[in-house]
Amino acid sequence: MGYSLDFGWLAGAAGAIARGAATTVLLIVVTTLAGTFLSILGAAGKRSGPKPLRTAIAAYVEVMRNTPFLVQLFFIFFGLPSLGIRLDPILAAMLAMTLNMAAYTIEIVGAGLDAVPRGQTEAALALGLRPRQVFVKIVLPQALKVIYPALTSQIVIMMLESAVVSQIAVRELTYEADMLQARTFRAFETYFVVTLVYLGLSMGLRRLLVSGGRRALGAGVS
Amino acid sequence: MIEFTVWDIVRNLLLATRWTVLLSLAAFIGGALVGLVVLFFRIAKNKWIKRIASGYIALFQGTPLLMQLFLMFFGLPMLGLRIEPWTAAMLGLTFFASAYLAEIWRSGVDALPRGQWDAGASLGLHYLQELRLIILPQAFAITRAPTVGFLVQLIKSTALTSIIGFEELVRTSNAINNATFEPFTVYGLVALIFFVMCFPLTQYARSLEKRASAH
Repeated sequence: MGYSLDFGWLAGAAGAIARGAATTVLLIVVTTLAGTFLSILGAAGKRSGPKPLRTAIAAYVEVMRNTPFLVQLFFIFFGLPSLGIRLDPILAAMLAMTLNMAAYTIEIVGAGLDAVPRGQTEAALALGLRPRQVFVKIVLPQALKVIYPALTSQIVIMMLESAVVSQIAVRELTYEADMLQARTFRAFETYFVVTLVYLGLSMGLRRLLVSGGRRALGAGVS
Repeated sequence: MIEFTVWDIVRNLLLATRWTVLLSLAAFIGGALVGLVVLFFRIAKNKWIKRIASGYIALFQGTPLLMQLFLMFFGLPMLGLRIEPWTAAMLGLTFFASAYLAEIWRSGVDALPRGQWDAGASLGLHYLQELRLIILPQAFAITRAPTVGFLVQLIKSTALTSIIGFEELVRTSNAINNATFEPFTVYGLVALIFFVMCFPLTQYARSLEKRASAH
């Protein structure tokens, strides 16, 4: 019994794959923005917040980094409703991805903040800037420049991890692949094509982030 | 509905944890062996061999693990192999791990000063002896922290094999949840079990990192 590959279904499936890819991109855009924002707050809180807050952030980071994303997703989607918090699949996915990514990027942003010389803060304070201005205008931009490559990698990793949110029926790329293979009975070909789409997305995303970062943060970003 | 006490839930989860541990170990050992081969290719002198290894690594690092598992699960039967979830999970995670481990160790080889190779050559060692006696021991030693860190990632990644039907911790917890309707407890306990497995390793990796940077 020979098995021959058949890609004849592909023409009719392009729309579904494109829709799924668009949802994956939407997920990662929201996660990147919300996750980065949250991790800046987290990193700032971990450095200069009161002791209980620092302990809470450290515990949060450890819990998220030492448990699988899939379990976090199930906990949020299936577990939270018993506390009365019921979320749409896509909102649950965004929340889980954001919380997961923030745990990793809090450490990254923290390392960036530590890399900015203390003299920068002192100079800015001496010029009469308020502490918040010092953080937002002086320290943060320099820190972001240092950590940008690490942040880029984390965003790409998160994009690849987002494949599992298909398990709570978010209609992203993997979900569309599951639906397609159920209809065409061409499981291997379907997942093969979708894997290539993911490969293209991750390479494109990386390139976009590098060139975008170079423009926004200036030279020296690789 | 079957009555499940919390102890019943915990006991069943702990029984399933065996498979998570076994799969993690098997994939780590398998990944280390295949990763070693990929590493040899990656640091080879021939440009094309090097490029093939780079492509292999980029492929596994640029696609979701879930897709790799699906391709393994649906692809291998086409080659005429009868495949069980366990085999697909094991092979999928092995190749995934090999790409990451090869890249980690490659960074260790690159970090060694050129003089190490020259010194080996001046002692009359040939290429394989140089690697075995001088380069690899040092490369492994300086990359111990990221290697342990990757083991943590691998343990967490075994959760994905539940999706292709391998009966490990997460798949068992889904079944228990369907019987008890207590997702908060069940998934909370699963997270706790993973945490207990991963946290000591994370701390160990951190202490290795500190020791390395103290030198």
